[in-house]
Amino acid sequence: MIVCITARAAGTDAPVEERFGRAPYFVFVNTETGASESVQNPLVDAAGGVGPRAVQMLSEHGATAVITGQVGGNAGKALEAGGIKAYAYRGSGSVADALAGYTAGTLTPLALS
Amino acid sequence: MKIAIASGKGGTGKSTVAANLAYVLSRSRDVVLVDCDVEEPNLHLFFPAAAVDVPVTTPVPAIDPARCTFCGECGKFCRFGALSVLKDSVLVFPELCHSCGGCVLVCPQGAVREVPRTVGRVACSRPLPRLTLVSGVLNEGEVQAPAVIRAAKMLGEGHPLAVYDAAPGIACPVIETLEGSDACVLVTESTPFGLHDLSLAAEVVEKLGIPAGVVINRSDGEDAPTVAFCREHDLPVLMTIPFSREIAAVQNRGGLICRDLPGWEERFAGLVRKVSP
Repeated sequence: MIVCITARAAGTDAPVEERFGRAPYFVFVNTETGASESVQNPLVDAAGGVGPRAVQMLSEHGATAVITGQVGGNAGKALEAGGIKAYAYRGSGSVADALAGYTAGTLTPLALS
Repeated sequence: MKIAIASGKGGTGKSTVAANLAYVLSRSRDVVLVDCDVEEPNLHLFFPAAAVDVPVTTPVPAIDPARCTFCGECGKFCRFGALSVLKDSVLVFPELCHSCGGCVLVCPQGAVREVPRTVGRVACSRPLPRLTLVSGVLNEGEVQAPAVIRAAKMLGEGHPLAVYDAAPGIACPVIETLEGSDACVLVTESTPFGLHDLSLAAEVVEKLGIPAGVVINRSDGEDAPTVAFCREHDLPVLMTIPFSREIAAVQNRGGLICRDLPGWEERFAGLVRKVSP
C-alpha cells in the first residue's frame, strides 16, 4: 500500500509537517517495496479550498493512508469519500519516524467528520 | 444618476450619509436606495417597512454519474477546490465554488452541468411614497457577495436616481458597487485610520474614473490633515458632520438627523446640490 506523509522538504529524512493542505511536500512511500516519491505541493500559497485539492493529489498517487498533524472539514469529507485513512503524527521527527510509528500501530486515527 | 457612498474604513458613517441623503432626495423626487453592504445590511433599520424577498442564486456544478469517467480535469482546473475527483467519485463543495463555469468547459465528457444554488436574497420595500429600498442580504457563511450586489443593483434599475451604500474596504464588493456609478461620496472621520483608508478608497475611485467628494463625519475640529489630503487630490469636501452627542443619540435610535434635528435637512439638501446638480 501507499502511505502519504506531509513533510517540510523532500525525502524520508525531512521533518513532518503538521498542516495537511498547505504542507510543502507530500512524501509517498510504498510500504511493500520501501520506495518513496516526494511531490512538491503547488497549493502552499493558494487562496483557499486547498484541502479537497490536496486529497485529489493523494488519490492520483494511489495513497490509501495519510499521516499528518490535522485535517480540516472539507479535506476530511474528501478523504472519507476517497477511502483514505488519516493518522495523526504530532512529534518533531522525520517522515521515516512517522512511518515507523504507523507500521508499529502507535499512531491515532484522525476523526474525519 | 447613480451615487455611490463608500469609505474605505468601516464605521465612518456611510449608512448615515446614504440614509439621510436618500431621505432628502425623496422629498422632491423618486429615488431608490440600494444597500450593497450585503454582509451586514442595515438601511432597513432607518426605514422599517414590509419587504418582498427575491432569492439570489449562483450556478454551481452538478456531475452526471452516467457520463463521468473520473478523469480529474474539472478538479485540476478548479482553483477554489470546489471539485474533488477521487477514484470512483466526484465530490462537489458548492460553498467553495465561484461560479466561473470552467468545469463545464473543460469536461471532455459533457458530464458537468450547472444548477442554481441560493446564496442570498434581495429585500424590496417602499418605506416612503417616493423612496424604494432594495437591500442585498448574503446568507451567512457564503462568499459570493458580488452576486448579491449585482442582483440588488439590477432590481434598483429603472429608477432615474439611485443611491448605493457600499461595504467598507476596497475589495470586490466595493468595486462591484462602484461599477456604473456616476459619482461617489467618500465618508471619512478625522482620525489617522480614517485618513489612511480614505487614501485607499480615493485611489480606487480615481482608477475607476468616478468623480468623488468627501464627507468628514464625527469631526472633532482637527481635520487639517484630511482637508490637506483632499486638496492635494482634488477631492472637494462636500460636508462636515460634527462629533456630537445629539447626533449620536438620533442615530442610536435609528432616527434620521435630517428629519429629527433642525437645520440638517437644509445641510443634506446642500450635499444633494453638490453631488447631483
